[in-house]
Amino acid sequence: MENIIKGKAYVLGDNIDTDQIIPAEHLVYSTSDPEELKKYGHFALSSVPIDKAGLPSGNKPFIVDDNYESGYSVIIGGSNFGCGSSREHAPLALQVAGVKIIVAESYARIFYRNSVDGGFLVPFEGNEKLNDKIKTDDEVEVDLTNNEIKNITSGIAYNLRPLGSVYEIVKSGGLFNYARENKMI
Amino acid sequence: MGMTITEKILAKASGKSKVIPGESVWLDVDVLMTHDVCGPPTIAIWKKEFGDQAKVWDKQKLVIFPDHYIFTKNVHANRNVDVLRQFAQEYDLPNYYDVGTERYKGVCHLALAEEGFNVPGTVLFGTDSHTCTSGAFGMFATGVGNTDAAFILGTGKIWEKIPESMKFTFNGKMPEFLTAKDLILQILGDITTDGATYRAMEFEGEAISGMNIFERMTLTNMAIEGGGMNGIIGVDEVTRRYLKDIGVTEFSEFNSDNDAVYHSQYNYDVSELKPMVAKPHSPDKRDTVRNVEGTKLTKCYIGSCTGGKITDFKYAAKILLGQKVNVTTFVVPASTQVAKQLDEETISGISLKEIFINAGCVIAESSCAACLGGPSDTIGRSVEGDVVISTTNRNFPGRMGSKSSQVYLASPLTVAASAITGKITDPREYL
Repeated sequence: MENIIKGKAYVLGDNIDTDQIIPAEHLVYSTSDPEELKKYGHFALSSVPIDKAGLPSGNKPFIVDDNYESGYSVIIGGSNFGCGSSREHAPLALQVAGVKIIVAESYARIFYRNSVDGGFLVPFEGNEKLNDKIKTDDEVEVDLTNNEIKNITSGIAYNLRPLGSVYEIVKSGGLFNYARENKMI
Repeated sequence: MGMTITEKILAKASGKSKVIPGESVWLDVDVLMTHDVCGPPTIAIWKKEFGDQAKVWDKQKLVIFPDHYIFTKNVHANRNVDVLRQFAQEYDLPNYYDVGTERYKGVCHLALAEEGFNVPGTVLFGTDSHTCTSGAFGMFATGVGNTDAAFILGTGKIWEKIPESMKFTFNGKMPEFLTAKDLILQILGDITTDGATYRAMEFEGEAISGMNIFERMTLTNMAIEGGGMNGIIGVDEVTRRYLKDIGVTEFSEFNSDNDAVYHSQYNYDVSELKPMVAKPHSPDKRDTVRNVEGTKLTKCYIGSCTGGKITDFKYAAKILLGQKVNVTTFVVPASTQVAKQLDEETISGISLKEIFINAGCVIAESSCAACLGGPSDTIGRSVEGDVVISTTNRNFPGRMGSKSSQVYLASPLTVAASAITGKITDPREYL
């Protein structure tokens, strides 16, 4: 994982549940077949109501047309991001679509674990609510070592909460790498 | 300083005499459960990560229930069941319950109970957020993703952060128009969908003691809707009797100490509570049924791990006896055992199944069905413009199918009463 991640922000509201991230009807595709995997990227965030897709204006689809990759690599969420089901397809779908980092106010437990243990993306928590300060399409830069997100468009930087005990797993790139590095498996 | 029941079970599973909320521990897992949606990716990760060394840590402790997308022509969904079947054959797994055979059970959370995998004092992980249902048996049970499950599959171990506990006490005797579903919707309105994130939700009190095991499972089932890591209810005579009937006789009982420390405590008098709904689009958008009475419906749905147990159908049948539904109403028994019980259980000499057929309900085969939408040919799936009242657990946008449909969550009594009028109706009108 790089220490500095730069990209365009995609902003969402509170309680973005796993059905909005990847609707259950699409969970049938293989996660190991490279072609089928693209479907997860294509349908990522497809059940977010359109008026809430890409805040503050809404009406900004995360995925355009037939693409499976989004132009957005950083998601700015509200509270309880990833609530609902245990489907690991949720952080996987976001990763396939090109998301590397989420900065939210808080996360649901299973989504948080899945993001970290599966090595899909880094779930940072903000020290303050950021989805009303950063706008969709703003250029942002996240510094993993200094726990900071900078809005390049506005020039304002915000502190993030340190990842704490899961940092080691994030750094290893997931639970299996972490366990191998620590001779647990 | 004492410990809660959850802390005691996790201390035992981590080989410690005491654990403190917030500390991370490695747990020995007693049972790993998976199904057709998350099983195949779990197996794929396990094979990739362990490679030639891939070994199922304990075949007796792995339980696989195909249950989510069963009665569908979707080729990808059917392929997922094939993956499970091949895996079970290749590794000679004793606890695989195949579709199309007499072993097929239906929804995993109820099947775990029926098949005796819910054992007090043990630790159960499952690749499904509603795995917390099993906590009704005085055990620790929670959901995980595929990577965590693959790790457990190979090692029998997983890390977990010890949760703080929240205590919910229900005093008084349940009025006949109230069910466990109303109680959990009451709680969710009070704490919201992240009020219990990373915490244990412990339920107790006179009203809980008076509940049968299936009603208790409705409470622990929806702990995840408050963000809870687990829901839990201590063992008592009700639990012991159920376990004895299905042949589970050896287990450890844990109880919270009187001086255990809680994050927070909530007290309710059930005689003051009313039938509740959760309005679209969140399980915490609580309101009384009275306040939304008259809302016109296009579908009613009685089913799922939350509201498709035999007790749920007894409630619904009590209301539907001798009545006709005014709107398409789906009856989806969670398990094949429940489907059988619909034939056996009677009210006034008429079987529940007959009551539902006479009322004009559509009875479907046991599976998760439209609770989570499913492939486009799933029975009961919501379509654009639908207004549904359902005994299921979630009403996020698109959960039951179309993201433009509106879903109200309610008790089986309320759903049955609403089915008769075609509008949201308080069950007290029919009791």
